[in-house]
Amino acid sequence: MRATLFAFSIAGALAGMGAAHAATDINFWHSMQGALGERVNALVNEFNKSQSDYVVHAIYKGAYGESMNAGIAAFRAGNAPDILQVFEVGTATMMYAKGAVQPVQEMSEKVGDPINPADFIGAVAGYYSAPDGKLVSMPFNSSTPVFYYNKDAFKKAGLDADKPPKTWEEVAEAGRKLRAAGMECGYTTSWPSWVQLETFAAWHNTPYASLDNGFGGLGARLEIDKPLFVRHMTFLANMSKEGTFTYGGRGDASGGLFTSGKCGMFTGSSGNRANIIKTGNFEFGTSTLPYYADVKGAPQNTIIGGASLWVFAKKSPEVYKGVTKFFKFISSPEKAAEWHQGTGYVPVTKAGYELTRKSGFYDKNPGTEIAVKQLDADTTKNSRGVRLGYLPQIRDIEDGEMEQIFSGKVAPEAGLKNMVKRGNELLERFEKSVK
Amino acid sequence: MEKRVVFSHKTLPYLLLAPQLAITIVFFFLPAGQAMWQSFRLEDPFGLSSQFVGLANFAELFSDPDYIQSFKVTAIFSILVAVLGLGISLLLAVMADRVIKGAAVYKTLLIWPYAVATAVAGVLWLFLFSPSVGILAVYMLEAGLSWNPRLDGDDAMILVVLASVWKQISYNFLFFLAGLQSIPRSLIEAAAIDGASPARRFWTIVFPLLSPTTFFLLVINVIYAFFDTFAIIDIVTQGGPGTSTSILVYKVYNAGFKGLDIGSSAAQSVVLMLIVVALTVIQFRYIDRRVNY
Repeated sequence: MRATLFAFSIAGALAGMGAAHAATDINFWHSMQGALGERVNALVNEFNKSQSDYVVHAIYKGAYGESMNAGIAAFRAGNAPDILQVFEVGTATMMYAKGAVQPVQEMSEKVGDPINPADFIGAVAGYYSAPDGKLVSMPFNSSTPVFYYNKDAFKKAGLDADKPPKTWEEVAEAGRKLRAAGMECGYTTSWPSWVQLETFAAWHNTPYASLDNGFGGLGARLEIDKPLFVRHMTFLANMSKEGTFTYGGRGDASGGLFTSGKCGMFTGSSGNRANIIKTGNFEFGTSTLPYYADVKGAPQNTIIGGASLWVFAKKSPEVYKGVTKFFKFISSPEKAAEWHQGTGYVPVTKAGYELTRKSGFYDKNPGTEIAVKQLDADTTKNSRGVRLGYLPQIRDIEDGEMEQIFSGKVAPEAGLKNMVKRGNELLERFEKSVK
Repeated sequence: MEKRVVFSHKTLPYLLLAPQLAITIVFFFLPAGQAMWQSFRLEDPFGLSSQFVGLANFAELFSDPDYIQSFKVTAIFSILVAVLGLGISLLLAVMADRVIKGAAVYKTLLIWPYAVATAVAGVLWLFLFSPSVGILAVYMLEAGLSWNPRLDGDDAMILVVLASVWKQISYNFLFFLAGLQSIPRSLIEAAAIDGASPARRFWTIVFPLLSPTTFFLLVINVIYAFFDTFAIIDIVTQGGPGTSTSILVYKVYNAGFKGLDIGSSAAQSVVLMLIVVALTVIQFRYIDRRVNY
């Protein structure tokens, strides 16, 4: 391992030296491993071949958390990379690091090659924009939660496999039928805090936090103890009690419950699709997230997960020119469409979406369009996304409290109140720390 | 004629000590000092703004009911890991010491788990006991046992304790076996001739003579439970369900690496450091007296 790393760094150094007299080097730290990593490398190679002024070096720096830590440590040591891929929950931390980060749109305008936020899918651009609507980071790999269901299990339970449940009431009803037909589990969810709270709020056009979910400033505080959230948590707790909902753990731990055929319904990232095809031994369908039909404004749009590309401050204009060129390259309709079709992430640009549709990809791969459709909307102040500091820790708190709610140890109302109280303590701390 | 070897050189001893001291200073004292310095500050992740806040980080910690709860969780976890780890490995060592045929095979097999990284140990146990899909969990469900470490705090605690103990048994086993083998056979044989039963021989001869090893292992196991088990927690439960397996060292990691909250993370590690220092002092002052060297 060390030997290969060494070889790579030598090769990198040599490549750098060889090109030094002509081309500008751009270091790009990312977290895409396996097949995704190969796709990133291919993309970067294509860019390097397409012109001779810049050489992008794509370097894998570990999982999202690790690469962000590495990027920050490098910045503190004075040798930050030029581009860093940061997961969506790190957005607030990066954004408030004024002086460390170069906002992307401003950079592209300065070098005279502006990136236009209107080119991007509404919910994607919204998540990564400043309050004035300007892009602060470059959308790259975005996913969103969708609803998956096991068609074989639906048929066995006497349900219509072409009519997936649309509302939460229908999910519970389908869960009962699945259980009655002998299934071990009706419905499960991955990423509980992302799907059942953050996305749930946007999907129902309801605030998750004050000050437009934090987009309006650092004074934002959680508002998830409001009646709609109490209703939803009560609903899930009841499903858990009657055995139609099985809590499958934090993050994407519950994916196995669906792919192994134990659970008939599953809410998970649109990026799960490839894995379900590969490991699932059944026919499955994809649909939009369930909602409560009587809530005004629902369904609105879902919010994104995944990551975006951040540019560090204090780099030379030549580097910024190259970075802009690279960003324009990866967001060109062909490349964006290719990336979307090859990875399962949503197309981040409207043109990439159009191109994919025209190519007939969605007809050949039913269900892949759901995620884009959920995101392709004019976002409201409640549905742009969530812009809060210490969000990874807040999610941990929420997951912990939800576990207590679903096991019946804590009443939904008390659990949500506790999330708000503990989450707000962290938000106050974050506000103080970035002043 | 002087019989002892005398080093008259003044600086040589320091030079000989220097490499070890340098390592201790660079890897132990400097980081500890830095943690203390940072525990009094509130800083954003990038270090762009940093302010002195006195004891505010500590005050915030101790007014947080979760942090207080974490002490209780850590105490239960550490006691279980240390007691079970020592008990089981002592039993295995005594058994292995008696085996005549195939002794080397048993010993080798028992030492193997030590070569497994802590995180991997966590993954192994998670695979076995993950509800609905874990191999053993499926049998447990069929046998009618209720088992759900995802929602039941006690089940989750059992799982992380099992994984942590399993990982540490090899280490304890090695030391116990070495300790057992250094006990003079003649003592045990003499007792046997006098008619002492195997149990009596164990409690009156073997166990007291083994006490230095046991004491050393107790200190090591407590430190292991306090510091080295966080990878298991991170992989198996992430501190959940609720906060039921959220031990102190996991909270340090969570605040520092997940939350990028350096001030709070540093304050927590200072508290943890003080606890372990206090525990070690107590162990040496009170238990050490009862050890026969």
